[in-house]
Amino acid sequence: MESLEEIKARIETSVPGAKIEVVPNPGPANQPSLLLDHEHAVAVARFLRDDPVMRLDFCSNVTGVDWLDRTVKKKVKVKKLVEGEEKEVEETQEEFFPGYLEAVYHLFSMAHKHGPLVVRLRTRDRARFTPLPSLTPVWRSAEFQEREIYDLYGIRFEAHPDLRRILMWDEFEDFPMRKDYREPDDYEYEPTPHDEVLEKAKQHYPARPTVDGAEEVTA
Amino acid sequence: MGQGAVNLGTVMEEPLDEGLRSELQRRGVWVTSMQELYNWGRKNSIWPLQFGLACCAIEMIATAASRYDLARFGGEVFRPSPRQADLMIVAGTVTKKMAPQIVRLYNQMPDPKYVIAMGACAISGGPFKQGYNVLKGIDRYIPVDVYIPGCPPRPEALLHAFMELQRKIDEQKLTGQDKAEFLKKETLSEYPVPAFGAHDLEPPANPRLFHPPAVERA
Ligand code: SF4
Repeated sequence: MESLEEIKARIETSVPGAKIEVVPNPGPANQPSLLLDHEHAVAVARFLRDDPVMRLDFCSNVTGVDWLDRTVKKKVKVKKLVEGEEKEVEETQEEFFPGYLEAVYHLFSMAHKHGPLVVRLRTRDRARFTPLPSLTPVWRSAEFQEREIYDLYGIRFEAHPDLRRILMWDEFEDFPMRKDYREPDDYEYEPTPHDEVLEKAKQHYPARPTVDGAEEVTA
Repeated sequence: MGQGAVNLGTVMEEPLDEGLRSELQRRGVWVTSMQELYNWGRKNSIWPLQFGLACCAIEMIATAASRYDLARFGGEVFRPSPRQADLMIVAGTVTKKMAPQIVRLYNQMPDPKYVIAMGACAISGGPFKQGYNVLKGIDRYIPVDVYIPGCPPRPEALLHAFMELQRKIDEQKLTGQDKAEFLKKETLSEYPVPAFGAHDLEPPANPRLFHPPAVERA
């Protein structure tokens, strides 16, 4: 398969206006991906599927990712007046990245036997039912997996043919795979609790008796 | 559970003297009580409800198949309708989405009915206990007669549970103060079906049925 930069360049000539970003992955997996913009996502997906060189006709996996708000500290060298003299001083600056959700698509080609190409879509924020374009019209296999992301992460896929919860019941209101999800507290009894579970179970333990009882025992 | 059986049972208010019985047996007279006959019939023809929930169901299927052969104990007639079933084998993970259906099926079974909780999942949620979508034990909503630990329990363990249940049925009394629960008028044979709530099942457990062991503190 071509490199991501080549693919990006070809997409940009074929789908005018598409804004593509190569997302590096510095971890051991080293699997960089393409970040698509919302407006052109479907057109780009069509291109990837139909282009005779790529022919990515098989979407094997769609998954969600939750990125919380984060602040990154970095050291910057700034020029400052110190005691009438201009000096270079190191300062720590904090940069704030608002949280967002992602849908990640793994694409393969049955025809050319290559892949995977990893494609990402990013929401604007972490609101309930924040929108993303659906790629189900391009790859039918994304249908159930987008429903699962809708169910567990609360991303609304626009133009999805049948967007309903798939694992949890319809009346359910939370999104269990989001990092700020808190499961219902039903830890009345844990035979071997430890760590987090122990902390949760402790809230159900009866209060320690204030009087130790030992004082009252007279021999 | 015919009314007639209970009336016949009352004839045998006094338990048969064991010595007399063996004496009679030696002379070729076989004596039994209505209760024994009735329970003997019941325990050797337990019809389980045919449904499986997860991996444990595979072991249940193996138990019913030729190698382990549940038919040796009279439990091979798996019924696809709760109306014809005596035994519910909860074989597998009960998700919160599935739990109301399980309780509903239990309610639809005629008395006398029994429940085997098969595997760690059905007992307590098992490996998924800390998950968001798995019920932490079916005994939160319906009464369980025999628990089988294991993940999954082997077919032998299910057979053992089955024999344990047979023993339990054999010991049930038809008359008197300590007669079997299902014969008492005030015994409920239906339990409330939990509703799907916004965050969890409502209620999360039946408080009349589910009493988690209290933690003792010194
Ligand atoms: S107890 Fe183990 S084998 Fe049985 S359903 Fe649960 S996970 Fe599967």
